[in-house]
Amino acid sequence: MRTTINGVEKEIDEATSVLRLLEVEDVESPDMVAVQLNGTIVDRSQYAQTTLENGDVVEFLYFMGGGA
Amino acid sequence: MAFSDEQVQRYSRHILLKGVGGKGQRKLLNARVLVVGAGGLGSPISLYLAAAGVGHLGIVDPDTVELSNLQRQIIHHTSDVGKAKVQSAARKIADLNPDVEVIPYEQRLDAENILDIISGYDFVVEGTDNFPTKFLVNDACILSDKPFNQGGILRFQGQTMTHVPGSASYRCVYREPPPPGSVPTCSEAGVLGAIAGMLGTIQATETLKYLLGIGDLLVNRILFFDALSMQTRVVDVKPTEWAEPAASNTKIDRLVEYEQPACDLNLERQYGPKGDAT
Repeated sequence: MRTTINGVEKEIDEATSVLRLLEVEDVESPDMVAVQLNGTIVDRSQYAQTTLENGDVVEFLYFMGGGA
Repeated sequence: MAFSDEQVQRYSRHILLKGVGGKGQRKLLNARVLVVGAGGLGSPISLYLAAAGVGHLGIVDPDTVELSNLQRQIIHHTSDVGKAKVQSAARKIADLNPDVEVIPYEQRLDAENILDIISGYDFVVEGTDNFPTKFLVNDACILSDKPFNQGGILRFQGQTMTHVPGSASYRCVYREPPPPGSVPTCSEAGVLGAIAGMLGTIQATETLKYLLGIGDLLVNRILFFDALSMQTRVVDVKPTEWAEPAASNTKIDRLVEYEQPACDLNLERQYGPKGDAT
């Protein structure tokens, strides 16, 4: 099915969970990002239960703790 | 307040600029901005705000200058190693622009002092190197109805957003600080020094836009850039109900008796147009 991940259209398997998507997309650790699904931030505890649907738009919003 | 001849020369490129002008320059000279952190981000933020003639700059940093800072913390020089960062910064700013009053805070912000410190400022810019302080500044600004800009960098990347009362805040995107150790810090993973300049100047620009009342702020939007691909993304974000300080494990917990939720879902108070992701 078609999804848009960080602005790029991608074909992913049916019923892919957010947690699985993070692995597929090579995110180092689920703790490093906030995941936005169709404009709404997904609760971190729901990554495994939340499955993507055709046409979904996903953004990985990375934590950046530096500044000094 | 009339400009002196020196000020007319010093600020001529601002005074000429549509959107700033003499009126805007006066606003800057009267403005009070608190810069949290005098490091990688705080250096360009403070220098550009001082050069722009922001009249009153509070600078908070408990640390002293170390040799390993100089690769990116451009307000500090080799001869400053060992000196307090706020004093080092204050000296450079005094030399750069005598119109600017620097109020140094050689201390760490905590739940006891932060509300008092930020209360004297029109705008807060956060450029610290740790999540507890990022969340503390966020929560204190939310509780105080204080507009602020937040920024973070890592490796070759930067991230920033601006908050005005009622808009999405840092906590609306990042509900809680990440578990300790899960996200590398710049001291663990490194950072290209110039990235601090790229992001810090965006933060200074957001501050000036806010003070001048011009343009579209990064309100209800979060900006990311990756310098390796030189790609920038701006993602729309919205206030979330969970973003109450009570949900936090930061020191701001002590202030949970405040009734104002961190992210008030009153849409009428939202500020500025929402931009499309680019």
